[in-house]
Amino acid sequence: MKRIVSLEINGRVVEEVVADNMLLVDLLRDRLGLTGAKKGCDGGECGACTVLVDGRPRLSCITLAASCEGTRVETIEGQAKGGHLSALQRAFHENLGAQCGFCTPGMILAAESLLRDNPTPDEDQIRVALGGNLCRCTGYVKIIESVLVAAAEVRA
Amino acid sequence: MSEALPRFQVLTPSSVAEAVTALYAHPDALPHAGGTDLIVRLRKGLSETGTLVDLGGIAVLQGIDPDAGGLRIGAGVTLATLERAEALAAYPAIPKAVAVVAGPTHREVATLGGNLCLDTRCVYYNQSHWWRQSNGFCLKYKGDTCHVAPQGNRCRAAFSGDIAPALMVHGAKIEIAGPEGTRHLPVTDFYHEDGAAHTDLRPGEIVVAVHLPPPGPQSDYAKIRVRGAIDYPLAGIAVACTASSEGKRFTLAVTGTNSMPVLVKSPGVLGAADDSDAYFGALEKLVQKTVSPQRTGTLAPHYRRLSVSALAARLARRLA
Ligand SMILES: Cc1cc2nc3c(=O)[nH]c(=O)nc-3n(C[C@H](O)[C@H](O)[C@H](O)COP(=O)(O)OP(=O)(O)OC[C@H]3O[C@@H](n4cnc5c(N)ncnc54)[C@H](O)[C@@H]3O)c2cc1C
Ligand code: SF4
Ligand code: FES
Ligand code: FES
Repeated sequence: MKRIVSLEINGRVVEEVVADNMLLVDLLRDRLGLTGAKKGCDGGECGACTVLVDGRPRLSCITLAASCEGTRVETIEGQAKGGHLSALQRAFHENLGAQCGFCTPGMILAAESLLRDNPTPDEDQIRVALGGNLCRCTGYVKIIESVLVAAAEVRA
Repeated sequence: MSEALPRFQVLTPSSVAEAVTALYAHPDALPHAGGTDLIVRLRKGLSETGTLVDLGGIAVLQGIDPDAGGLRIGAGVTLATLERAEALAAYPAIPKAVAVVAGPTHREVATLGGNLCLDTRCVYYNQSHWWRQSNGFCLKYKGDTCHVAPQGNRCRAAFSGDIAPALMVHGAKIEIAGPEGTRHLPVTDFYHEDGAAHTDLRPGEIVVAVHLPPPGPQSDYAKIRVRGAIDYPLAGIAVACTASSEGKRFTLAVTGTNSMPVLVKSPGVLGAADDSDAYFGALEKLVQKTVSPQRTGTLAPHYRRLSVSALAARLARRLA
């Protein structure tokens, strides 16, 4: 079955005809060309596909697109505003929080939702919030430093 | 564009009665809650269905409400909500178990009902289609031999939910709705020792809520897993302790070692004059005897047996 789904993606209202079995990650990547959300695993294990749905982190590879009717979806493509990187994007760039970059969109969105909830996270809270996001390059230390730097900048 | 999921339709009932009717009318239909177990299974070809019945639009599956001195928790309440619910602080093992289910992003959508009905797991089963095909599939699904116990005629896949044992030590009951009405079962009786059919759900039935009796015992939960941040329990243990004039009474339930969560036979009362080392030593032996881990995971069965018993004694000592 197919249905028309209306949702807001990075501030723009989108209406798409979506099959019941379509995944959010496929709607974003294949239909809308938003390839920032990555597919890193067979489903649910790595966090590379993390986007925000109504401000909360969501694994788009195990989310049915049709279930997002009426929601507000944010992807990495919507994080920079007016040509300026978000605080987290800049911090990851400047503090070597990204190496190959495959995990980075998911990391940044999971961290974005943390900072909106808690602008003063300590290292342990960052570890917990990013616990479902795997990185095979950085060893995580630079990622955690990047989030701490971004948090300090958001507060300033 | 290749489709990651097989073709199916999604029905969106707005009441329990509609959901039950939809499930009964489509015998291959499966309930969809958070989807963090179900969608992964469908992606790997571990379940086939032409119909998902999405439970997200049913209001009575939501809410944590007072209920006869205890609590009623809707099956659709997310784990992220349970983790933060103040009302659950009086049942410490429950929020503790909830907080170690999967990762934080899963818990945003994962539900209590989905956790209780989570499929059993096994290293020969939770694999891609081509992996299982090259191994001749297995008894649980599409094959005829169990690779864990080839002589046996039943699936030994491990129940791997973290929350059920925590509910069991607090005496919780499960409310089930189906074509014949509503029934209530102690969590313990909801499960069977069969990896291919481990819940008591009959055709058309869904879990509606969990009922907790008034709080009383102190409790705790701990699990062993390979990765600390995000992993199923290779074994997990919930312990509750009630103090009375006779002494301390412990209730223990184990997950991850059998095809169902198992309640440990009561170890008896620990009186003020008793030798506590002897008592906890006996308790540890009792847990070792109760569980029967199989070669379903990445850790050796004997290691899981010893470590879950040691964890049991450690939690009990702390609560005493
Ligand atoms: C990487 C990863 C790690 C995980 N780690 C853990 C872990 O450590 N511990 C753990 O316990 N789980 C773990 N899980 C499994 C899962 O995320 C949780 O068990 C979760 O609570 C399942 O809930 P859900 O709402 O997403 O279930 P769904 O996927 O929607 O459903 C699960 C099953 O229950 C059925 N179902 C759902 N709701 C009902 C209902 N109300 N009545 C009847 N049947 C119903 C569905 O048909 C399906 O068969 C993990 C999953 C992943 C992907
Ligand atoms: S225990 Fe045996 S039958 Fe069950 S999933 Fe594992 S290999 Fe298959
Ligand atoms: S792609 Fe790995 S969790 Fe979604
Ligand atoms: S930077 Fe390569 S996976 Fe994280």
